Amino acid sequence: MGGWAIAVHGGAGIDPNLPAERQEEAKQLLTRCLNLGIIALRSNVSAIDVVELVIRELETDPLFNSGRGSALTEKGTVEMEASIMDGTKRRCGAVSGITTVKNPISLARLVMDKSPHSYLAFSGAEDFARKQGVEIVDNEYFVTDDNVGMLKLAKEANSILFDYRIPPMGCAGAAATDSPIQMNGLPISIYAPETVGCVVVDGKGHCAAGTSTGGLMNKMMGRIGDSPLIGAGTYASEFCGVSCTGEGEAIIRATLARDVSAVMEYKGLNLQEAVDYVIKHRLDEGFAGLIAVSNKGEVVCGFNSNGMFRGCATEDGFMEVAIWE
Amino acid sequence: MVGWAIALHGGAGDIPIDLPDERRIPRESALRHCLDLGISALKSGKPPLDVAELVVRELENHPDFNAGKGSVLTAQGTVEMEASIMDGKTKRCGAVSGLTTVVNPISLARLVMEKTPHIYLAFDAAEAFARAHGVETVDSSHFITPENIARLKQAKEFNRVQLDYTVPSPKVPDNCGDSQIGTVGCVAVDSAGNLASATSTGGYVNKMVGRIGDTPVIGAGTYANHLCAISATGKGEDIIRGTVARDVAALMEYKGLSLTEAAAYVVDQSVPRGSCGLVAVSANGEVTMPFNTTGMFRACASEDGYSEIAIWPNN
Repeated sequence: MGGWAIAVHGGAGIDPNLPAERQEEAKQLLTRCLNLGIIALRSNVSAIDVVELVIRELETDPLFNSGRGSALTEKGTVEMEASIMDGTKRRCGAVSGITTVKNPISLARLVMDKSPHSYLAFSGAEDFARKQGVEIVDNEYFVTDDNVGMLKLAKEANSILFDYRIPPMGCAGAAATDSPIQMNGLPISIYAPETVGCVVVDGKGHCAAGTSTGGLMNKMMGRIGDSPLIGAGTYASEFCGVSCTGEGEAIIRATLARDVSAVMEYKGLNLQEAVDYVIKHRLDEGFAGLIAVSNKGEVVCGFNSNGMFRGCATEDGFMEVAIWE
Repeated sequence: MVGWAIALHGGAGDIPIDLPDERRIPRESALRHCLDLGISALKSGKPPLDVAELVVRELENHPDFNAGKGSVLTAQGTVEMEASIMDGKTKRCGAVSGLTTVVNPISLARLVMEKTPHIYLAFDAAEAFARAHGVETVDSSHFITPENIARLKQAKEFNRVQLDYTVPSPKVPDNCGDSQIGTVGCVAVDSAGNLASATSTGGYVNKMVGRIGDTPVIGAGTYANHLCAISATGKGEDIIRGTVARDVAALMEYKGLSLTEAAAYVVDQSVPRGSCGLVAVSANGEVTMPFNTTGMFRACASEDGYSEIAIWPNN
């Protein structure tokens, strides 16, 4: 193989009762984002720029859990986080606790490019954003009626609820009946957020990865998940680019994104073998998924959850958008 | 080899060979004191997680290290402390960032691990969580020492981020890069092969408000699993890019290297020269403390009687 490849995701762990129209909306958004990336790649845009471009699009559409449409904290605000990594020199940037920046992924990019640090958070990150002149909006911009309803439901159930974008009645039922397994004393299904991510290898074989999320519905203020953590939610090297989604705490413990590259580097596995290995062996009781590209133009999606919103395409014309197995 | 082992560090960096006695001796004494504390705890059968927390708390209480009491200041003259802790057997972990009033950040990281469904809490909310759980807090002025104010002033004059241990002086620093790196950490393994690691820091002198370094990032500054426990120190951004702590474990797991080989590989190959050091122990009681900086404040001991307290390479 060879040439460019791209993959996008909109979260792992999907309610089997997700209405057909919601499935279709998700597929259409993924397709649109893929096409955006494909056009850029065909114009020789670099991997890191394509990652930022595509994730901005995902952040702008309220369908998934990032940027506009982000899950709400226990106080009904948004605290967004994102990270981006350029595999060529393993440069990276991350942000957490973002409340007014329209596109957190672009702020993460600026942290990587314009600050002496790799990771900025909360009021310090917001100050940096203003100094860099990035687009700022009121917190209300990010809040949707769907999510306000979801937060209310989560509070009534005294749980941290994932966002399945389905009618509240069904969601409560799904959480209660389909999730007898507990983790940290909570139903395991509540941990599945619909984080977004994009991974790209460009025509020069350079890999890049990015991830963006609003985190968990009804999460504690100040909670940081896996998405901004380099090595956990996002990783890129000379070998591959990886973005993860699912149970953030399991992804952190597994250093899931880093381990795809680690098994390629240290065990000599190819991309498909590496993804299969980490999904099977690195997650403990956790459910998660990931998308990955290699410097050879390969693309792989792997998950052990019930489905993952994903799409991918390669230079040879292959393209796929899917939700279930 | 089998048995307990412990290693701790107080930062790695350009520690000058001619470090004055009044700076060297207090740090060596602190390392010895903390090492003895850890050894006693291990010998009395305390779990490694408790030992790592205990030792890091002690290091946080010592004003000469860049964590807790001795934390260096942000660009705005405030402290923003961070810490993380990890249990090797379960891989449970906890992390905190942006603390301004919590006396012992490492204990708050432990509470996050044990009392929340999350792994990582930061800034105002982490402080609120601390207060809700009765964790000891003090006015943030407790952490502002004259020495760190002088360091911040110097760093601002030369318009760069700086790390502690630099002797405040009117002289222009020899290298304009980061001269010294401050962080504290401890790793421990008991006779049953249980492992734990813990790391704590005040970050960089003159760092941007809201900057998060490697210390609270699981896999970067701290990592423990069934094979080994690692605490890294140095230039945080390089440690994050190299996922230093996890990489030692990954090399043991995936390439079959020994602890010493894996740790040396990471310090030599995964990060730039002059940027990193780490302390590590393995399930079978091995201990290693490599660094690629001028020096690293470090100490270790193992059940077979071996013990070491040092700053520069043993040569």
